[in-house]
Amino acid sequence: MKLIEAIIKPFKLDEVKDALLEIGIQGMTVTEVKGFGRQKGHKETYRGQEYTIEFVPKVKLEVAVQDSQVPRVLETITRAAKTGSIGDGKIFVRELSAAVRIRTGETGETAL
Amino acid sequence: MAQKRPGMSVLFGLGGVAALMLLSVAEAFAQSAAPKIDTGDTAWVLMSSALVLLMLVPGLALFYGGLVRSKNVLGTVMQCFAILAMVSVLWVLLGYSLAFGPDKGGVIGGLDWAGLNGVGADPHPTYGPTIPHQAFMLFQLMFAAITPALIVGAIAERMRFGAVALFSLLWTLIVYVPLAHWVWGGGWLAKLGALDFAGGAVVHISSGASALVCAVVLGKRRGYGTDYMAPHNLPMTLLGTGLLWFGWFGFNGGSALGANGLAVSAILATHSAAAVGAIVWCLVEWRHRGKPTVLGMASGAVAGLATVTPASGYVGPVPAMLIGAAAGLACYFAIVWKGRFGYDDSLDVVGIHGVGGFIGILATGLFASKAINAGGADGLFFGNPGQFGVQLVTAVAVTLFSVVGTFMILKVVDGMTGLRIPAEEEATGLDLSQHNERAYS
Repeated sequence: MKLIEAIIKPFKLDEVKDALLEIGIQGMTVTEVKGFGRQKGHKETYRGQEYTIEFVPKVKLEVAVQDSQVPRVLETITRAAKTGSIGDGKIFVRELSAAVRIRTGETGETAL
Repeated sequence: MAQKRPGMSVLFGLGGVAALMLLSVAEAFAQSAAPKIDTGDTAWVLMSSALVLLMLVPGLALFYGGLVRSKNVLGTVMQCFAILAMVSVLWVLLGYSLAFGPDKGGVIGGLDWAGLNGVGADPHPTYGPTIPHQAFMLFQLMFAAITPALIVGAIAERMRFGAVALFSLLWTLIVYVPLAHWVWGGGWLAKLGALDFAGGAVVHISSGASALVCAVVLGKRRGYGTDYMAPHNLPMTLLGTGLLWFGWFGFNGGSALGANGLAVSAILATHSAAAVGAIVWCLVEWRHRGKPTVLGMASGAVAGLATVTPASGYVGPVPAMLIGAAAGLACYFAIVWKGRFGYDDSLDVVGIHGVGGFIGILATGLFASKAINAGGADGLFFGNPGQFGVQLVTAVAVTLFSVVGTFMILKVVDGMTGLRIPAEEEATGLDLSQHNERAYS
């Protein structure tokens, strides 16, 4: 099992969610986060006073998947979240050692 | 042609008798009737007093409240409210008499009218011959209240509430009252011929110059230049701007002390300058920074309003627009260049009211015209260069007096209560640290 974490542009969330549902992903967790990459932040100006906003609003989307699903999920998120401009985000994949469905007590891949 | 016409002498004789009769009637009239109260004039000055009240609370309170961070909005609004209440009391008891009471050597008014003793329903010959003296006093009360409230923009987000309260009372008594006397109460600047229709020097230069001293003496906010200190609610600031603009019709129009042509002309000049100020600031910012901003539009309007204030009753609409344009341009760059001097005039009182007031007082010396206000004077462009000199003396004198007075008051208040809140309270914000309240929960 793997946990896929995608940091994406907030306005792309719906497209990514729909694309993931289409390929059979049944659940996901979403968090509003702030951060920056090579894009750095943006500038705001108030009465000529410039503020550099380093932490840009992003959405973090987490999906737990079977190992076999990983390439397809990565491809799907990449396609749906891409605008081609700077700041599109990143995807991280981690090992997932265990999973439990709380209602039934099922464990492992059947709990996903 | 040399033939004598007997009819003419008869006519002259009759005319002479009629003229004598008219003269005696006029004399009798002058003796019997003291200046007569005009209900329209009185209604307008009362209305104008309420409009200036609206400028301060909630106008200025919202304008400033929106510009600070969300943790300081109540503290900022509270300062405006408290100043209104305290200065009102001080004005009735002492302030009005010292500012407008019988002149003592051109410097200050006497205590004859303390507690408004003798200030009643009868008009005063120079303070509005057609309105009750008390109406003039009330109108002036609002000016006295809003002026120290303008200054708090310079010390926003970091001054103890008690210190703000004490400072404002002392400042009203020691700085505002003498200045009002000098310019409007028959003091030495009035005798010199200074033109300040509604307070370019008394209100805007005084608050702007004092704001500079306050910002320097208090020092910068912690995190200034590094932390994010952008306005927390610009719609609130815009609402305040609208109320200021609206109220300014009373501030400048009411200064005509009557519902008459001069009031209309002052309001027209005021409105024209505000509109041009907003447009010019916006355009300059658009060109300089790439985007026209909401705050820029609001700031330009206020700059135009503040700058035209001294001139509003002496200039026509086109000079008023030029004054508005100068305000938009000069105040914008004054604020952009503020960073180079390194003081933290948090809400730009110096850049808008100080610079605007100074330009306005000088511009009055250029554009003033007796064709607009026969009771005023002509400016440099109307053949009277001496007026510009008088205006320059006024602007410099008011600046110097405000700077020295404010510095001394700050030292006294610092010794009594301390000026700044401790670092931890500054991080928490005024709302919780000074008032145990939260604006947004």
